[in-house]
Amino acid sequence: MSLLMTIVSLMYLISAACYVIGLHMMRTPKTARNGNRVSAVGMIIAVIMTFLIALHQNEATMTGSLILVVGLVLGLGYGTIRARTVEMTDMPQLVSLFNAVGGGAAAAIGTFDYLSMAAGSHLHFAFSFPVALDLVIGGITFSGSLIATGKLAGKISGKPITFPGAKLLNAVVVIVILVSVVLTIGFAANSWWLILTLCASLVFGILMTIPIGGADMPVVVSLLNAFTGLAVSMAGFVIDNQALIIAGALVGAAGTILTLQMAAAMNRSVMNIIAGGFGTGDSNSAAADDIPVNVKETTADDVGVQLAYANNVMIVPGYGLAAAQAQHEVAELAKLLTDHDINVNYAIHPVAGRMPGHMNVLLAEVNVPYDQMKQLEEANSMFENTDVSLVIGANDVTNPAARRKGTAITGMPILDVDKSKSVVVIKRSMSTGYAGIQNELFSDDKTHMLFSDAKKGIQEIIASTKEYLDE
Amino acid sequence: MSQELYTNIAIFVLSILVGFEVISKIPATLHTPMMSGANAIHGVVVVGTILIALEAHSILFYVIAFIAVFLASVNVAGGYVVTDRMLTMFSKPKKSDDQSQDGGEK
Repeated sequence: MSLLMTIVSLMYLISAACYVIGLHMMRTPKTARNGNRVSAVGMIIAVIMTFLIALHQNEATMTGSLILVVGLVLGLGYGTIRARTVEMTDMPQLVSLFNAVGGGAAAAIGTFDYLSMAAGSHLHFAFSFPVALDLVIGGITFSGSLIATGKLAGKISGKPITFPGAKLLNAVVVIVILVSVVLTIGFAANSWWLILTLCASLVFGILMTIPIGGADMPVVVSLLNAFTGLAVSMAGFVIDNQALIIAGALVGAAGTILTLQMAAAMNRSVMNIIAGGFGTGDSNSAAADDIPVNVKETTADDVGVQLAYANNVMIVPGYGLAAAQAQHEVAELAKLLTDHDINVNYAIHPVAGRMPGHMNVLLAEVNVPYDQMKQLEEANSMFENTDVSLVIGANDVTNPAARRKGTAITGMPILDVDKSKSVVVIKRSMSTGYAGIQNELFSDDKTHMLFSDAKKGIQEIIASTKEYLDE
Repeated sequence: MSQELYTNIAIFVLSILVGFEVISKIPATLHTPMMSGANAIHGVVVVGTILIALEAHSILFYVIAFIAVFLASVNVAGGYVVTDRMLTMFSKPKKSDDQSQDGGEK
């Protein structure tokens, strides 16, 4: 090993250590930001080292260098602009987009190196195997993530898209992938097999993602994040670069853990989610208009009284809150109450929002203090002493039916909202949540429904609460 | 199996285990920034794309290399910037009137 290569290898190792330390520092909000910076420093080190190798080898053509610079400038610019301007509610689709581009870049590396082999030349298993995996995983991630991005952004229908013969088509595509992978790996270099593998993988990515409903997208994004990591790792094997192998493996592990945790919080298996079609029995429209007799309606004025005379208030936010962009109003209401010495906390279910931990980001954006955000277990220990629980845009995660056997959500971890002294649910109608069943919390004796858009409803509550607090 | 391949596989396996260990300690509250941070880390693919761009010698390879470099740099820049933006929100200075909310339950 030359001196330069020794230095470069050691520096790659340091950059890999930076990623691990950076992720480790993301455990607490205090150190998280610096953790991300440590990780960024590792990235800068890796890029500088790569340029050192490139300069040393000095094989680059003018055109190659030009393409590199133009690609870097355009890509860095576009990425930065998107990241700076994205709304926090749109975070899931941006993460999904970054999965797509990462997977796509990894697949491009595999394609490049395989096509560089002279046609008909003998392939080493240690080269062709990671190339094939890189193409399959990277290809699936690229097209699948783009579909997920479209669904999350509402550009593609969030409803599960299924069609007759979809299962058969899936099976055919999987067989094509397997055959073309074997041909890519096992025989002399032939670019057609490679192209077939890539195309079949891209098609499979689309087929895999379209039947999955919008509310399952967080799990899919998380899974595709793991895929991207693995694809990058495989690209590392292809070009024999350990920075890629290590970083890719870390991300693969991260994505896998999150996927499993999310699936557990929805009480479903990852396979069940990927199989798709969940929530197709669309009962929303049918059930929306009939309000069962035992459901009690309330007015913003009454809610204002309740809140003004409460000691402990728990806000239970769900995706409906984000969809209505009502975070600011919620924070304003909470501030009004805390200013009058009323305790306010937020009970946040792991799958609230559109990706794991999304609700926390939305609340942090409107300056909700970190220590008011209670996770499932802590929140559940607090409901007994809660005077008023304010459920805004959350549904299935509050349904006590999960504790009984034989319902669609049986066994799902829920927030024990029904244990608080009184409950106010702000909701536009009686429509069911994603699971498609009636929420028994809504017909509970202690529950009052305020039928309203989240934003408008909370504005009215703020106004009436102010009156009773003598403002 | 060559020594090189063995080393790479060993690194791969150990990195996955380290990943599991580090990630499982992160609270659900920070999962979105963490996922976004991990997203930025797989932007390391830019390293690979730089290497292939400099090896490219014909039009087909220029095209593939350009696509690769562009996609990877969107990933790496966007990933770090957006993660930083999100985490700024979590580390905003607390307002002085926030002291009354320690736990909320008595």
